[in-house]
Amino acid sequence: MASSTHTADAIVIGGGLHGCAAALYLARSGLRSIIVEKDHVGRHASGVNAGGVRRLGRALPELPLADAALAQWRNIRDLVDDDCGFASPGQVKVAETEAELQALKARRETLLAHGFGHEEIIDAKQLRELVPALAPHCVGAMRVRGDGHADPFSTMQAFKRKALSLGVRIFERAPVETLQKRGGTWRVTSARGGLEAPVIVNCAGAWGGRIAGMLGDYAPVEVQALMLMITERLKPFVKPVIGAQGRSLSFKQFGNGTVLIGGGYRGRAEPERNLTHLDFGGLAANAAAAAALFPAMRGARILRCWAGIEGHMPDGIPVIGAGMEEGVFHAFGFSAHGFALSPIVGKIIADLVATGAADLPIGAFSIGRFSRPAA
Amino acid sequence: MKSRYDIAIVGAGPAGMAAAAAAAGHGASVLLLDEQSEAGGQIYRAVSRQNFKDRNILGSDYYEGLDLVSELASSGAEHVTGATVWQVSPEREIGVSKDGTARMVTAGQVILATGAQERPFPVPGWTLPGVMTAGGAQSVLKSSALAAPDAVFAGSGPLLYLVAYQYMKAGIPVRAILDTTPRANALRALPHLPAALRSIGALMKGRRWIASLRAAGIPFIKHIEDLKLTGTDCVTGVEYRRGKRWRKIDAAQVFLHQGVVPDVNLAMAAGCAHRWSAAQLCWHAETDAWGETDIPGIAIAGDGAAIGGALAAEYLGRIAAHGALHRCGCLGRAERDSLAAPFRRALAGEMRLRPFLDALFRPPRRLRIPQGDATIVCRCEEVPAALIRESVALGCLGPNQLKSFSRCGMGPCQGRFCGLTVSEMIAEARGVGVAEVGALRLRPPVKPLMLEELAALAVEPVSMPGKR
Ligand SMILES: Cc1cc2nc3c(=O)[nH]c(=O)nc-3n(C[C@H](O)[C@H](O)[C@H](O)COP(=O)(O)OP(=O)(O)OC[C@H]3O[C@@H](n4cnc5c(N)ncnc54)[C@H](O)[C@@H]3O)c2cc1C
Ligand SMILES: Cc1cc2nc3c(=O)[nH]c(=O)nc-3n(C[C@H](O)[C@H](O)[C@H](O)COP(=O)(O)OP(=O)(O)OC[C@H]3O[C@@H](n4cnc5c(N)ncnc54)[C@H](O)[C@@H]3O)c2cc1C
Repeated sequence: MASSTHTADAIVIGGGLHGCAAALYLARSGLRSIIVEKDHVGRHASGVNAGGVRRLGRALPELPLADAALAQWRNIRDLVDDDCGFASPGQVKVAETEAELQALKARRETLLAHGFGHEEIIDAKQLRELVPALAPHCVGAMRVRGDGHADPFSTMQAFKRKALSLGVRIFERAPVETLQKRGGTWRVTSARGGLEAPVIVNCAGAWGGRIAGMLGDYAPVEVQALMLMITERLKPFVKPVIGAQGRSLSFKQFGNGTVLIGGGYRGRAEPERNLTHLDFGGLAANAAAAAALFPAMRGARILRCWAGIEGHMPDGIPVIGAGMEEGVFHAFGFSAHGFALSPIVGKIIADLVATGAADLPIGAFSIGRFSRPAA
Repeated sequence: MKSRYDIAIVGAGPAGMAAAAAAAGHGASVLLLDEQSEAGGQIYRAVSRQNFKDRNILGSDYYEGLDLVSELASSGAEHVTGATVWQVSPEREIGVSKDGTARMVTAGQVILATGAQERPFPVPGWTLPGVMTAGGAQSVLKSSALAAPDAVFAGSGPLLYLVAYQYMKAGIPVRAILDTTPRANALRALPHLPAALRSIGALMKGRRWIASLRAAGIPFIKHIEDLKLTGTDCVTGVEYRRGKRWRKIDAAQVFLHQGVVPDVNLAMAAGCAHRWSAAQLCWHAETDAWGETDIPGIAIAGDGAAIGGALAAEYLGRIAAHGALHRCGCLGRAERDSLAAPFRRALAGEMRLRPFLDALFRPPRRLRIPQGDATIVCRCEEVPAALIRESVALGCLGPNQLKSFSRCGMGPCQGRFCGLTVSEMIAEARGVGVAEVGALRLRPPVKPLMLEELAALAVEPVSMPGKR
């Protein structure tokens, strides 16, 4: 096995959601690809995330992508033959003080000025009707209808299955070891032998900066271990996904009754060993935020806490686009909100590979925005 | 409870009690945590407040625990009861809840003495109301003198016979004992018999229990090859097969048991290395001569590391205590070695019987790995065997990956009860060894924790989320 060479039109490095989405769309454009994954598909961020699909609060450059992605999520079955557990009960960002509400209103004005009207402001009474379980001190909120969440596990499996059914080959437990260009061909060595293709797609998530470096590009990825916790099954009591303007919190109840609580608190990552370590101080602060907004949750039992390894960019938006060398494309560093974008980024990458252009603005995500620090 | 101790021990069974008693009195501060309301662990559960007046019911081995309990009480170790440990980090921070308050205690040395749990028994109907484990039945008997009459005991191993014997002594009618020990095991155990004969006393104990049960007229049916529990809302009967023939007995209460395995949950969540034991068909922690794991400062003693029984657990607890005392600077090397020497000798004697018992009571594959498709494997999420086999067919390589194919192991118990079954099933379906498949990794909290308890934890976050 190790001595054989596999050839394809493109080699996708990383079997997360972005790697699978890119390979899937490449296949739809008639391009054969191989995914090389150092562990197994969905082992990292894509398999352990919170499944949030939101436009609320996104950075401006991401909004056209998030809009397009939402349209795909609504019809996700057409793409991957599975509903991925997608539901769209909306997302809500709660204000607990007048000042926080003013900040939300200001944000709404900014978006309106750029032509985005999806962020609405609701008052205390509307908020109470929408989320009766919320603590009574909340004064209002920002609401985005149509936002929601999907089930990360079934999403990951569905993308993988669909990619396979379109002829994508997936090599698991195959870390990419070296990358070399000879003539117009990239040659990759991995534990599963050699691979050759004219195109490399870097979907290596938190490891994307390392792969970019091997391809002659530079991107300062900060590796983070984002933490989440989940409760036992509770009676349904909240429909929309809840965030807060003044606290780090992301809170949602899934259809099976379990409540997922996150908020960007970080543990410690050891990406070389695939390990994460929890910080119970951070989890405690996260739990306190949840308990403050949902007093009825205080007695709920937390069953599991975990952390996933994610790549963060200094400006909080991903790297998407062509690399410096011919035949190199990047999609990594999704900075804790790449789940929602995966279907559209897969399409963008396939378009770039197939036609050299994307039909959405991606200039802000160029890898060229980072400059190598002086040695 | 203080916020820091030189030595902290989790579990107040024979291993933990002995470790705490041995560690105290050498200048080290010693904390012993256990979720039970008194010291004793499994074997000596509730020994210091036993309700039964007649000592013959639970037997003399049980009351031996009183010596350890009083040794602990006078040792100077701080024993906190009702204290549930929900995490131990590699940095030896111990997350513990008591009376609805969670706190973090750090220790220079940690000894995990969390003991054993019963091996899963995933036969059709094992999750029906009215079915419980023999160990569970014994816990209730010891702690509240309650018992269910006319139960069928099914399975194999010393604890099964002991609990039936204790029931009989307590005057509670036992309907039948269905013994699933495979006929062929006796032959496989034979080579280990000469060594075992040197512990003839222990060996005869089991025979005496069985003889007394038979003499009392309780049906004792041997060489049962297959079991099914029947009933719709609750168990109403047991079907069993010997050779080709199925028979049935009515039962409103069934106690299952096929041996015990180390409770590795805290150690695995901490990240301690484990290996698959082909002899005991379970995970064993990798430990050195002092019980220390590959994570410096975390040791494991007693049945939590490998099954050796109560006396071995006690000796291992004392040995681990001396190792920990040395590592925290309270004992010199020579002193450590000489203080531990008698326990090492006693331990060697105690372990002579083990290979024989392991071989004799090795549960058969068909009772460890569900044969039918409908048999439930993960009871929290009601995942049937078929779904696990399908997941393997779809490319699932191990129990942790299984979470993305099914919800197996994602319920309240996090796979504490189905983990072994799942690893063995995946290994069988893939045609590889269990070691290659690996173990289901538990995430902290290893025991459920209330949101408000976590919220009130007085620990500062290492970093605060950046605004996004
Ligand atoms: C706890 C948590 C919660 C989150 N919640 C949300 C949310 O609610 N909504 C949202 O939109 N986003 C969320 N995210 C972010 C989202 O999960 C990620 O942005 C997204 O999954 C990234 O996908 P990916 O495919 O780029 O990365 P990954 O899933 O990390 O995949 C990259 C893959 O590349 C592989 N790889 C790396 N190096 C090599 C190599 N040398 N050779 C071969 N393979 C290699 C890795 O093994 C990995 O499997 C969350 C993330 C985390 C961690
Ligand atoms: C149900 C059961 C009944 C048994 N009965 C007998 C018997 O009657 N006779 C016999 O010879 N052998 C019996 N055994 C076998 C038993 O394993 C050994 O005899 C002996 O008890 C092992 O001693 P130990 O100190 O290693 O662990 P144990 O005696 O099991 O003690 C472990 C202690 O750790 C505590 N603990 C575990 N996890 C946590 C946590 N996260 N937080 C706080 N506390 C924790 C438990 O409450 C327990 O008290 C039984 C085993 C089981 C599983």
